[in-house]
Amino acid sequence: MQALFGQLLIGLINGSFYALLSLGLAVIFGLLNVINFAHGAQYMMGAFVAYLLLTKLGLGYWWALLLVPVIVGITGVIIERLMLSRLYKLDHLYGLLLTFGLALIIEGLFQHQYGSAGVPYPTPEILQGGQRLEFMYLPNYRAWVIVASAVICFATWFVIERTKLGAYLRAATENPALVQAFGINVPLMITLTYGGGVALAGLAGVFAAAMNQVAPQMGSSLIIVVFAVVVIGGMGSIMGSILTGFGLGLIEGLTKYFYPEASTTVIFVIMAIVLLIRPQGLFGQR
Amino acid sequence: MDTGWEKRYERAVFIVMVVCFVAMPYFIYPRFGMQLLCFALFACAFNLLIGFGGLLSFGHAMFFGMGSYLAAYSATAWKLPTELAILAGAGTALVMGVVAGLLAIRRQGIYFAMITLALAQMVYFFCLRAPFTGGENGIQAVPRGKLLGMIDLNQPLTMYYFVFGVFILAFILIHRIIHSPFGQVLKAIRENEPRAVSLGYRTERYKLAAFVLSATLAGLAGGLKAIVGQNASLTDVYWAMSGEVVLMTLVGGMGTVFGPVVGAIIIISMQFYLAELGSWVTIVQGTIFVVCVLAFRRGVMGELEAFLRRRKR
Repeated sequence: MQALFGQLLIGLINGSFYALLSLGLAVIFGLLNVINFAHGAQYMMGAFVAYLLLTKLGLGYWWALLLVPVIVGITGVIIERLMLSRLYKLDHLYGLLLTFGLALIIEGLFQHQYGSAGVPYPTPEILQGGQRLEFMYLPNYRAWVIVASAVICFATWFVIERTKLGAYLRAATENPALVQAFGINVPLMITLTYGGGVALAGLAGVFAAAMNQVAPQMGSSLIIVVFAVVVIGGMGSIMGSILTGFGLGLIEGLTKYFYPEASTTVIFVIMAIVLLIRPQGLFGQR
Repeated sequence: MDTGWEKRYERAVFIVMVVCFVAMPYFIYPRFGMQLLCFALFACAFNLLIGFGGLLSFGHAMFFGMGSYLAAYSATAWKLPTELAILAGAGTALVMGVVAGLLAIRRQGIYFAMITLALAQMVYFFCLRAPFTGGENGIQAVPRGKLLGMIDLNQPLTMYYFVFGVFILAFILIHRIIHSPFGQVLKAIRENEPRAVSLGYRTERYKLAAFVLSATLAGLAGGLKAIVGQNASLTDVYWAMSGEVVLMTLVGGMGTVFGPVVGAIIIISMQFYLAELGSWVTIVQGTIFVVCVLAFRRGVMGELEAFLRRRKR
């Protein structure tokens, strides 16, 4: 029983990362029609920026939570302005190829500087230790990550689905030319959306930093799983991305308990099944 | 449309390519030349799909890598003759191509790329755990054996010309496919799929056929590489390999006949000569990606063709 709940907890943690990352991908894709292959590298960058803030400037975890999304987001804004914005008139595949190249550069640079082994990042003091519940041991930091991710996911959902800014965003997804004609600065909105999506990836990186090692490859294998999550959920709805992310994390955790051999492949198998039954994804529209 | 000068251009470049490859082992290390040929074949197989079918696969390493594993395993454990071992690799890729193709062609564009990438990652995890692949060590000391039981392939030059022969046959086959009615339908689907459907073509069948052909040839390239390098490892099936073949094709020129060959030569030589720079290779590769996408989308051969076309006017 202990082991089952332990695996479910890990599943929920992984699910938080799937949800945060696929949410950012969905927001970016909605407006830019670009699949951001660099998302995993930007997540890794978030973790490293947190590490650098701590070691170079002495700014701890809570500062990192605040500053890292801003810093990583600004790099996203620069990438969008300098490079991505030149590709919107072309086939969407070029956006994918460009961001793949960027992912290689970012990962290569950190690998060159810090090697593959990675560097440690301490868990903040208040969140050290854990709760001994009747059925399991719950580390405080993990509980915090799950709650914080859920709050951020739903906040993002709220901004996009329930505020005026979100309404503009959704309108621009449908018909950018018309929204522009109403006097809204669509190119600026696109830039900020990319920055925002990337900031979410950076934030996820900070969450991960204090839990695992900070390593240059931490993003690349994760992002491929997140792509599968995105295919399963379909990128049609924000809530869909969140639910699929958490749900698949849980399923992965259950697989680890009942049939550990399949735990690395279960999400890909689910993807194959979903493609056979409902090719547009669980929440996708045709 | 093949106008007169385009035919002459293709013939001229083909002759230049053949002459270069025939002379190559006298100027560079034959083993390196063979690696070039294997990757050139891999890139040509990939180009068949993206350049003429408009389908971007980000998972072609699964066919290349499994082709490589199967050829290495059947030559080592089952003691299959070399030519059959290579065919076993290609055959495995064919079967995988049917399965992966049936799944991936259900979505288009960006989703197609993500699905192929995810499937390839699944194959990677399978290879990491499956007993026959040797896990992290891979399969070592693969025998080169004798071609048709007679010609000793341990002679570097013999092996080189064997690989060259397979490459040229596959290259001509791809050329025939592209210029066949089937290839023309593929191009029509790439340009405008709804129109091809309205003309009565079952476009999924054409896309699946192109996918399986491309996968099989990628498996053939992998099988050859296993015999050439006498090993098969996880590198060949990793996502970075899928990215590399995309890069080769992009640099050389997507949708050009000779582009993938040129691209493979550029990228593999770069890796070979920059090997001591370690992690800089990845950074350089990423930079080439970015530069190509932003400023050089036609690739080397695409630019050359465009230049010649302008001069003709």
